[in-house]
Amino acid sequence: MSAAQGQASAAAATPREISYAEAIAEALRTEMRLDSRVFVMGEDVGNFGGLFGGTKGLLEEFGPERVRDTPISEAALIGAGVGAAITGMRPMVEIQFMDFTACAMDQIVNQAAKIRFMLGGKAEVPLVIRTPYGTGLKLASQHSQSLEAWFAHVPGLLVVIPSTPADAKGLLVTALRDPNPIIFLEHKLLYPTRGPVPEEQYTIPFGQADVKRIGTDVTIVATGLMVRRSLEAADALAAEGIEAEVVDPRTLVPLDKAAIIASVKKTGRLVVVHEAVKRGGFGGEIASLIAEEAFDYLDAPIKRVAGKNVPIAFNETLEKKAVPSAEDISAAARSLIR
Amino acid sequence: MVTVKRKTQKGKTAPRAPRRANSVETIPGAERPDRMVMLRMMVRIRAFEMKLAELVRDLVIKGTLHPYVGQEAVATGVCFALRTDDYITSNHRGHGHALAKGADMNRMMAELLGRQTGYCKGKGGSMHIADLDLGMLGCNGIVGGGIGITAGAALSATLRGTDQVSVGFFGDGAANTGIAHEAMNLAATWRLPAIFVCENNQYALSMPHAKAVAAPDIASRGAGYGMPAEVVDGNDALAVWAATRRAVQRARQGGGPTLLECKTYRWLQHSLRVKGPDRPAEEEAAWKARCPIAKLRDHLVEEGLLDEAGFAAAELIAAEEVQGAVAFALASPEPTLDEMEKDIYVGGFVE
Repeated sequence: MSAAQGQASAAAATPREISYAEAIAEALRTEMRLDSRVFVMGEDVGNFGGLFGGTKGLLEEFGPERVRDTPISEAALIGAGVGAAITGMRPMVEIQFMDFTACAMDQIVNQAAKIRFMLGGKAEVPLVIRTPYGTGLKLASQHSQSLEAWFAHVPGLLVVIPSTPADAKGLLVTALRDPNPIIFLEHKLLYPTRGPVPEEQYTIPFGQADVKRIGTDVTIVATGLMVRRSLEAADALAAEGIEAEVVDPRTLVPLDKAAIIASVKKTGRLVVVHEAVKRGGFGGEIASLIAEEAFDYLDAPIKRVAGKNVPIAFNETLEKKAVPSAEDISAAARSLIR
Repeated sequence: MVTVKRKTQKGKTAPRAPRRANSVETIPGAERPDRMVMLRMMVRIRAFEMKLAELVRDLVIKGTLHPYVGQEAVATGVCFALRTDDYITSNHRGHGHALAKGADMNRMMAELLGRQTGYCKGKGGSMHIADLDLGMLGCNGIVGGGIGITAGAALSATLRGTDQVSVGFFGDGAANTGIAHEAMNLAATWRLPAIFVCENNQYALSMPHAKAVAAPDIASRGAGYGMPAEVVDGNDALAVWAATRRAVQRARQGGGPTLLECKTYRWLQHSLRVKGPDRPAEEEAAWKARCPIAKLRDHLVEEGLLDEAGFAAAELIAAEEVQGAVAFALASPEPTLDEMEKDIYVGGFVE
């Protein structure tokens, strides 16, 4: 299915609404039916259906061979995923919290990402690593991080961050058919959110941003949960007569630079939003892109609205205040318009 | 050859496979490997590695290399018990494993010289030689890095319904990494057709094994995983072959993984660019007196299958092959600059 067809069929589908978690499980279920090479493994993905429900119902349909509950061994899980991937399978490994990817960093960064290159192109590593990221559940510093910049920094990995149930399904299907290692990031607060999702199988190409809201005055680039917050901010701005355009890159690697540049050329203003800490965050990359390639179109300085440079605290107020709110985003946009 | 006599117990007379095999002769009914071909392989590995020392010294090869001299019996014994479609993963000291699995010496040498004709087009070098067509899934620059991949290839074989087995070579140093524990536990829990071959060469760079591990044998960990384990004389190619064969048979029949600890010794320094550290002279001498090649050679001479001239001929053929590989590598082009951005992703470069 081509990108255009995929998008068209998504738009034409009946308006059935399901949750983000259900969309994830549906993508896995349908791909597992179509491709016997696809299997899933991870902590509590079988009986429990995944801590956030992303693998719900898979064990019942596909059995314990293809839906594998694992010991708490993140490094070996990714390693086993790499080994299975280079020998003809298409593993999906779930890491229960993104923070735990730190336990498997060698396998992700030095093995999965590098093998194809190191072997002179002879191996393919079709490995999908799904993992929940972000704050909002009062889980403190080791269960709340947004670490996408770590992975975007490593050549050889693709980084995907869907913000809606429909994007989650289409991007996950694409990921499960892609021959490269993929970090697939799901914000914890998005799992229960609902939206229209086509029942048929469709793909969404990587590197194709989606304009979630059209506007003329300021461009807001955001991913994951921050797309929702940015849309809230855009509604508030609209009430004041400011029309914000919200661009969701959907994949950081590859990045749809053209879409971001095109939007900034139109609006002349850029706010980049992410929950990850500001220092070294991917927002710096997007800001640099515009500074390098579209500087002449800017009518105002670029603003980054990002997580504070702190570990996430347990306390609810401290947790909330560490990451951008809709008000933070609208304030940043407003400050560029004056 | 000393024949091992086993005591009969409670009137039982059937011989049982000994836990510590001294040679293939002690395994009732076992087929024998082609011992002459095994010897030639070990001689080839030695010739290749000794030549590398010279090439590194003369800067024909840049970067570093981790020589396998002294450990030839392990790679050879293990790989001769495998089929071509079985998998191996290797480590930073992996030339012997690659050769024993059937890798082409020309392409290996070209890789070590960073040439386009090398196994990895000159982009991997010594620590990343691989040949997926031979089931050789790659050397690895990260100590312990390949052990999880071993489990994954075994899992893949299980899911695809084949009877392939997956062997992971790693050292005594790697045995202390977290993933070694994780992967062995995973493989045992899932009864994967994996064989974990720990080459205990006594040192992790400068760290003596005895100072890194309190238990005398890494193989003793097998009990903790519910996994059969053996200590094997890693300088006896036939003992390694026999132990591997038992493990392979068990794995192919659904009996799960095995841990083999092959006790051996690396003759040269950790890497060809690192001098020392010095090890006790008596220790080095004692291990060199137990040369794995001499052991198999003497065995074949005793059996009347080989004489001095035959052995000299094997050495000469190996030396010529190595020389030919050097010539092939030197005549090969360097990779072009566009190779830098190739092979990172399937589907092309991502800016």
